[in-house]
Amino acid sequence: MAPAVCGMLLGLALYTGSLRVVSGAAFLYHDYCIIGAGPSGLQAAYFLQQASRDYVVFERSHAPGSFFALYPRHRKLISINKRYTGKSNSEFNLRHDWNSLLSHDRRLLFRRYSRDFFPDADAMVRYLEDFAALLKLRVQYNTAIVHVTLERNTQAWNGHYFLLTDQDRQNYKCSSLLVATGTWVPNVVNFPGSEYVEGYETVSISPEDFAGQTVLILGRGNSAFETAENILGVTNFIHMVSRSRVRLSWATHYVGDLRAINNGLLDTYQLKSLDGLLEGDLEDLAIIKDKKGKLHITLRFYLENRNTSAGIDSITLPQDELDNFATRAPYDRVIRCLGWKFDFSIYNRSLRMMPGKGNKKKYPQIKPSYESRGTRGLFVLGTASHSVDFRKSAGGFIHGFRYTTRAVHRLLENRHHGVPWPSTVYPITQLTNSIIKRVNEASGLYQMFSVLADIILLRENATAFEYLEEYPVGVLAELEMQTGRKAPNGLFVIIMEYGRNFSGADKDVFYYNRAVGEAQHAWQSNFLHPVIYYYKRLPTEREMRLRPPDWPLPRPDAVHHIVEDFLTDWTAPNAHILPLRRFLENCLSTDLRNFFAESCFLFAFTRQKLPPFCRQGYVRMQGLMGSEGLRRHAVDAGLLEDYTPTDYSGDSPPDSHEGSQDQLLRDHAIPVRPLQHLVNTKDEL
Amino acid sequence: MSAQKDRWVSSFFFLLFCASSIPTRGSARLLQELSPQEYFSSLQAGRASLSYFSHNVSPGAQPFLEQIENSAEALQDYGISVVKVNCPKEDVSRYCVKENALRKAYLFSALLFNEVKYVETLADLQNIENALKGRSNMVFAYVPATGTAEHRAVMEAAFVYGTVHQFVLTTEAVLLKDTSNDKPDVSSARLLFCHCQRTTDLAQPCRRTAMEQALTMLNIHRHLKLMGAPLVTEVTEDPEKVSTVHLQLGLPLVFILSQKETYEADRRTAEFVAWQLLGKAGVALLSRDLVDLNVLLQSNVALKTPDEGVPIKYLVLEDTDEVITLVENKSKVEQIQEDEEEEEEEEDDSEKENNNQDIQDDQVVEAVSRDKKRELPLEQIHALTEETFHSALLETARTVVLFYASWEAVSLAVLRSYTEVADHLKGTRGVLLSRVNCWDWPGICTKENVTQFPAIRIYKKGERSVMYNGMWGTEELTSFIMLSRVSCPLKLATIEEAEGYLRGEFPSELSSYHHTSLLGVFSTATSEAREAFEEAGNILSGHVTTGMYFEDDALALSCKYAVSPPALLLARSGGRSVEGIALSKQSVQDMVQMIRYELLDIFPEITVQNLPRYLQLRKPFLILFSDGDIGQIESKEMLKLAKGRPQQAFVACWLNLRKTPVGRGVLKAYFATMPSLPVLIWVELHAGGQVFKFPSEQSITEMNILSWLEKLKAGLEIPSSTLSEEDWKPPLPAYDFLQMMETAVPELPLHTSHRRGDTPARRPPENPGGDITVQEEPSQDTKAEKVGSPGRDLRGTVPRLAAREKQGKRHSEL
Repeated sequence: MAPAVCGMLLGLALYTGSLRVVSGAAFLYHDYCIIGAGPSGLQAAYFLQQASRDYVVFERSHAPGSFFALYPRHRKLISINKRYTGKSNSEFNLRHDWNSLLSHDRRLLFRRYSRDFFPDADAMVRYLEDFAALLKLRVQYNTAIVHVTLERNTQAWNGHYFLLTDQDRQNYKCSSLLVATGTWVPNVVNFPGSEYVEGYETVSISPEDFAGQTVLILGRGNSAFETAENILGVTNFIHMVSRSRVRLSWATHYVGDLRAINNGLLDTYQLKSLDGLLEGDLEDLAIIKDKKGKLHITLRFYLENRNTSAGIDSITLPQDELDNFATRAPYDRVIRCLGWKFDFSIYNRSLRMMPGKGNKKKYPQIKPSYESRGTRGLFVLGTASHSVDFRKSAGGFIHGFRYTTRAVHRLLENRHHGVPWPSTVYPITQLTNSIIKRVNEASGLYQMFSVLADIILLRENATAFEYLEEYPVGVLAELEMQTGRKAPNGLFVIIMEYGRNFSGADKDVFYYNRAVGEAQHAWQSNFLHPVIYYYKRLPTEREMRLRPPDWPLPRPDAVHHIVEDFLTDWTAPNAHILPLRRFLENCLSTDLRNFFAESCFLFAFTRQKLPPFCRQGYVRMQGLMGSEGLRRHAVDAGLLEDYTPTDYSGDSPPDSHEGSQDQLLRDHAIPVRPLQHLVNTKDEL
Repeated sequence: MSAQKDRWVSSFFFLLFCASSIPTRGSARLLQELSPQEYFSSLQAGRASLSYFSHNVSPGAQPFLEQIENSAEALQDYGISVVKVNCPKEDVSRYCVKENALRKAYLFSALLFNEVKYVETLADLQNIENALKGRSNMVFAYVPATGTAEHRAVMEAAFVYGTVHQFVLTTEAVLLKDTSNDKPDVSSARLLFCHCQRTTDLAQPCRRTAMEQALTMLNIHRHLKLMGAPLVTEVTEDPEKVSTVHLQLGLPLVFILSQKETYEADRRTAEFVAWQLLGKAGVALLSRDLVDLNVLLQSNVALKTPDEGVPIKYLVLEDTDEVITLVENKSKVEQIQEDEEEEEEEEDDSEKENNNQDIQDDQVVEAVSRDKKRELPLEQIHALTEETFHSALLETARTVVLFYASWEAVSLAVLRSYTEVADHLKGTRGVLLSRVNCWDWPGICTKENVTQFPAIRIYKKGERSVMYNGMWGTEELTSFIMLSRVSCPLKLATIEEAEGYLRGEFPSELSSYHHTSLLGVFSTATSEAREAFEEAGNILSGHVTTGMYFEDDALALSCKYAVSPPALLLARSGGRSVEGIALSKQSVQDMVQMIRYELLDIFPEITVQNLPRYLQLRKPFLILFSDGDIGQIESKEMLKLAKGRPQQAFVACWLNLRKTPVGRGVLKAYFATMPSLPVLIWVELHAGGQVFKFPSEQSITEMNILSWLEKLKAGLEIPSSTLSEEDWKPPLPAYDFLQMMETAVPELPLHTSHRRGDTPARRPPENPGGDITVQEEPSQDTKAEKVGSPGRDLRGTVPRLAAREKQGKRHSEL
């Protein structure tokens, strides 16, 4: 079949065909190659399929999601599967569904696959199988890509083709390479005695195997705690050791940190129930096995100092010098749970796939557009792309990368197919509404806070605007080139942020008065809340680079915070919408109020210019007449003048019933002081 | 004293006294020496001169004369000539013999001369006062010493006001004590205005109004201006437009609201209050009968402050004391504010801003939120969901769907009208009213291409849906739904049906419903026009019913209305006369345009609902405002005018103020006072915004209007007002969070320019082509290190020594 395809392609594109002949090897060509049929690979495949692009997914296993077939070892996913939110808004509900991939098919919602809040990993495997099958995604299973290299070609999209080789020496050629391999290579440490350490990937998951044992766990992440949680009830005690101190995700707002569901050991440690946590550099460790098979902890330093290769007895143990040394008790087992890293091994040097620096070394270096720093046309998706927002947002997890994958797809559509970033054009009167709608329901903005942003591009004279959803904010400066949209008249950037000094490992996130209730102090909001940046012109790359530390964006011309809300419902007319409208009005120097037709009528006869709402509604024969009741309310509020002549000179209106109603309405009008203690309920809970 | 002397010497005005003996110096002979005859013959009209009458120079007058000579040059610049008139011994004319002539200089202004009288005794003062009673007012000033700034200010004022008031000056503290009730501070100057002109009773002293401010030229000027203003101003126009001396001088104006019945008493009250407030506020008497006031009937007092843009406050007060307290407290507060202004100005402003910013000023949002507790009668309206949406569309012939968002004010306002529509249409067969809350079901809304709300679509079984694009009002929506029940255009099979259609009797669904019908008549040959008409009818579906007749006898039908096919027959609702219109336009768009135009009335009653249709013509408006229906004669004349010119250059219409009360708002904006009705107005809505009022003394006839319009065109008429050209700016400022952040966290390097200087250590220079992620890493690493470093050793467990040595070891390994 391969030669047939090749021949067909040769007929279609002679020059590429001839190249193949020269190189002598048979290549299967696709515009897009995706490596890995995990969640991000399938997500990318879905979007390519929807756009009718020529793509293929290579999966080394016989089924999608092979990582989930093995991991997590104890099978409990820590991504929430919230089946009830009290809302029917499907977009909103994705904010609390961390497992589903994006698709148009309502059958492919994860809540149909599991009833558990923390589902079993098998459900994920089934889900991914269905996702690939129901959507008829083109996945080539049992194909392990073992080598990737480049073939220079000036005709190619990116100046080169990607040449992929699988385990059977079959070659593939692609114009664009999407790497969705995740991070699956276990992190190991080497120290004297590390041969006695069992790995998370193979350790027994049966608690019985640990009965009456003393266990040391290396690592401080969710896999370490998950392992501990599993055997907590049967062991003598468990000690955990790792370089960094434990970071609780509820304190850091980072889902990759230790989740409360796994932290049973913290409980027993703090309640002095024999289990314990220790901090130390694993590379300084050494493990010695005594004659009874017990494992003793010592320091590499002592081992290096010993003079002979004598037996265990000659080795200094810390407790010899310091008789209260913490880990002086011998262990029965030592388990390594140190996480995974990206597989760099399959890429030819020419691709310059470099590991990140510092704590991002497990990820390849990529740009905020998810394109590799070393190779144009190579995009990293999914968990492996987490260097963009490591320890900040959700880009390393399904509920985050499903959106960044869509963003990458949109970038590619624009770059290679001239399909500009999807956008909707609205009249300016819809400006406040369109923002309120999105900040209340958009899941991408919410999950990928501070990473993906909605962009509003203003049209000339601010009479209309164009709305772009979920653009990677890190490449804001390249917006025109990346989206095919023009931004000559200024723009708004809408993102979600936590308070700048709120989250963190050492922070007390339960302090009193942590929640802001008043709109005028919204900028001090601590919980996730919408922030709108206004730029009179697109920030330049230099400005992006020189932005203040911890700021997702450079200094704007104006900024607005919508005050945090306990229910994350930002639809309150006075606390949320009114201040936003004032902000937008002042940025655009216009009046964005709504008016009843009657007011527009008056303006039409008494002013040469009309406010936008009248111009775009009333004048186009779509004025808002309003019911009589509403009209009365507006009059009572002093916002609409009642010109009905009050001819009857009597003191009381003729109709007594009407009088009483008037009284009622007047009572309504008494301004109610905000109930301060209710505004700040967040503190009490 | 010497400093004062310097000032005195350099001043261009004269002084009466000269206590010191300055030796005579030679001076430029700008001082003319004339004989009285010469002097009076040389007086020029309109020129002021300073004259000094002297018998012969006595030693005591010598320094005074010297000062006059010195000031001559300076005074010349001001057009004042300095003249010394030598009075011959035998001259007994008034100026020469007058007592203490030596001490006086006369200021001649044209032929009038005024003097500042200096008094030393109470008797002198009373004499002057008595002499003035019933004739003119007196300005009495006390200065503790001459040659002071206050003294000069009084003299300068006298120069300006000397012709109007008698100025009297004293340095005697006794006089001051006697003229004031309280114990005056004799060390400070004081000025009293004595209202002698009003006083006719010689036994009564003149009323006095003391000036409370310091004696400066400006304050005296202000005080005299206020004293000169009428005690009570009568107002017959919109109080918002009233401006008096008081307002111009920054003082409030108190209106006493009066009615015909109580006018005399009100006037007395007003005068009483005016006396109390003299110098502090103005008082005006406003007759409610003459001004159309939109305030509570009980209101009896109004307060207008000089601050621009502050609306008049209407109040209900019990007695006059309250009025006075109101004004005095206000000015006291203002005084305090003024004192504190410097420190607190900014804070105060921001405070004020914040208070207003929080208040809802969107009439629709506010009205809806005031109504939110009322439960809407939504039983008639089916709430559709993602599950039920498609099946619901299949159930009924017509499904009306309102797409809205439950948090959005305009949507909710429309939902209220929609419930009224449901009420109107209750029992109408074949129509299902339903709604989709896009906040709950964004999927449907996206799929149905509803990108903004509210939106209404009418789904017809087996046909494409129609988006409602009319007014968001109960009537309009009901009519649209009713008319959409009939397919558009409706194919009529027989001539009887066609006639019935024109009479509004066919189809029967609409027979009870007032509507305009449009019938396209085609001979079979004209299929192209017919197709266009079919499409146009589709587009206009809901707005107008369209029918089609193309049977063999189509010609006969059209001939009846004096047109030949293809033609349109238009039967307006109300009057059932049928107009025939030849159909020349072939394109759909042209035809739609043409039909829309034909549907417009020739002389419509303009309403809130229909104005936009006429606005689209972009022509000036000639509107007859009427309280109730317009008279038959006016109506006939206007109709003649409108019909007379088929290609009318303006929209002739009328407005019923009873039906469209907001028309009063229009008139209020045009005229200070409500004109008598009916009133004919020409408004250049789209060019220049000028408003002209047809002269009320002329009767409204076609001829009169036409000649008036001619005059307008020729620019012979003066516009009554011009529509504001103002842009719609933000009504209030927004919270400036950027500034708040900078104030609260000054170290926050918000300014990119600052940032570099502030934190150079944190950001080592990097390759300019690099990207943000890399840029961020150094700081991240340091952070990670900081967090990680305490855990470098097994905290508190491993001997320190070991840790340190280990460190050293590792380094040597590298």
